[in-house]
Amino acid sequence: MNDISELTITALRFGFLLLLWVLIFSIVSTMRRDFQIGRKAVTGAPTAREVRKHPELAASPTPAIQHARNLVVTEGPLKGTTLPLAASPILLGRAQEATLVLEDDYASGRHARLFPQGSRWFIEDLGSTNGTYLADQQLTRALPVELGVPVRIGKTVIELRP
Amino acid sequence: MIQTETTPKPRRNVELALIVLALVVGIGASALVSINSESGLDSDFWFQSSLLAVAAFAFHVVLRLRAKYADPVILPIVVALNGLGLALIHRMDGPGDDTGNNQLRWTLIAMAVSIAVIWFLKDHRILRRFTYISLAASAFLLVLPLVPGISAGEVLGASVWIRIGPMTFQPGEIAKITLAIFFAGYLSSNRDLILLAGRKIGPMQFPRFKDLGPMITAWLVSIGVLVFQRDLGSSVLFFGLFIVMIYVATSRISWVVIGLALILGGGFIASKIFSHVAFRIDSWINAFTPEVFGRSPGGSGQIVQGLFGMADGGLVGTGLGQGRPDLVPFANSDMIVALIGEELGLIGLFAVVMLYLLLFTRGFRAALGTRDAFGKLLACGLSFAIALQCFVVIGGVTRLIPLTGLTTPFLAAGGSSLLANWIIVGLLLMISNTARGPIDTTPMVNKPPASSTNPAARKSSAVPTPGAPTEAVKHP
Repeated sequence: MNDISELTITALRFGFLLLLWVLIFSIVSTMRRDFQIGRKAVTGAPTAREVRKHPELAASPTPAIQHARNLVVTEGPLKGTTLPLAASPILLGRAQEATLVLEDDYASGRHARLFPQGSRWFIEDLGSTNGTYLADQQLTRALPVELGVPVRIGKTVIELRP
Repeated sequence: MIQTETTPKPRRNVELALIVLALVVGIGASALVSINSESGLDSDFWFQSSLLAVAAFAFHVVLRLRAKYADPVILPIVVALNGLGLALIHRMDGPGDDTGNNQLRWTLIAMAVSIAVIWFLKDHRILRRFTYISLAASAFLLVLPLVPGISAGEVLGASVWIRIGPMTFQPGEIAKITLAIFFAGYLSSNRDLILLAGRKIGPMQFPRFKDLGPMITAWLVSIGVLVFQRDLGSSVLFFGLFIVMIYVATSRISWVVIGLALILGGGFIASKIFSHVAFRIDSWINAFTPEVFGRSPGGSGQIVQGLFGMADGGLVGTGLGQGRPDLVPFANSDMIVALIGEELGLIGLFAVVMLYLLLFTRGFRAALGTRDAFGKLLACGLSFAIALQCFVVIGGVTRLIPLTGLTTPFLAAGGSSLLANWIIVGLLLMISNTARGPIDTTPMVNKPPASSTNPAARKSSAVPTPGAPTEAVKHP
């Protein structure tokens, strides 16, 4: 410490301690934002902090994201049937082991499978004779089923409802 | 109604910014040390700092290429700790000492090995195939220091070193990784067996006797390390690692009870039979007694001088390069925490502890996020190994528990420890990459149907390419 004054040394000393904690707080704030990964990013919705600062924002509550809870048959022989959805996949077909036994002459024994993946449900055709249609498009592979979109199997049409 | 999906974010730019900040901390510490020494900011300082910076950025680039979704926080924390350690070791170098440069060399080697692990291993699940090989490797590594010829003999009361040419190496440090791989592989395969079998006594379910096999093995390993290598620290580390992993795997408190009973019983007997264990405990309880203070071997002089140093540091410390840590033996390795406490004070020491805590939580976050049992157990075990090491060292230096010879991860001088801990970081980054990355849905691609493409083309795109990496499936 020849040409640097005592004051500078002291300033650097405290500056370094400050720097250490700046690093820690930046890491923690990174992690805070990191928690939002895996959460639903609702675009345009005010955050909790914004609502606290501007209460008028809370006046227009955004509808909560709705998960499919029921499977409803809207057309076909079983019209009106409702099936509550659990977390397990659902087999659709005429076979007795199917979760929803379709009394539909145009459906195959093991016609299609409806299964949850993450927060959504997917439908997959199991090689049926007459095919499965998601919103009038024939399925060639597993596709996500949105709420209220009709899925046609033979003469039966099913829908997912919240 | 908006159906949003979880979008994984790489967050590599955040990592870059944090690395820059971490380098400022590490290099800033070096600069403060240099300013306070005779040399000032000489060419050595600039050369060493730029080497560290280049290595850190190279690591970052490798993560961008190979583990895009790896945790953005782990690398900056480790770079900051390692940089701080380098500065402190340089600070303790007397004229003609080479410990600081040696540590820098080992840092670069360790980072290169860690990069190689990420680059070539790609997926931690491959390690599961080596469950029993890594058990054999652990046994081999632990026996190595006792083999005449390559053994470096008894250094400072423990025979844990081997000598290869001019270098000495501590194979036990690598053994903690291989043991963690073995435990993770074994427990992820046999978890159900251990969990379901057994009889219930009171509120606790005790395992069957034959399922106790690995437990007994782990206990024998740690007692063997204690007896033959006279290394109390590693012994505690290995056994603690196993207890934690089996507890995480089965969530049965009975394992912890049995394990603690075994280790306490073993430790009690060991303290009666072996003088080095008894000395450690005596110099912990009666540290301030004059005859214990001055006793050699097994005196408490080191601990007490460290405590005096930390007391001298107070809240804000004496400033880097301005304390008297040369009074403490091994101030650059075993007692580096006391050096931090003296020169950076309580505020600086807490910052370092906080960095370790954050590293530990990120390791556990990776364990929570990853979807395979092996990866979960491995990430738990590895991050716990770092945490336990910190606890044993910092607890020993602050006289909370008896002082044992473990190294402070990333800070203390010692190439083998640095190498092992950087490999652990590489593995944690890899596990966090699978944890935070997009879910591999290769059999069923869940892209929204493209309106223009014909069904045949879509069908072919849904067929996974054999051997394609996980990155082949990306969310938009």
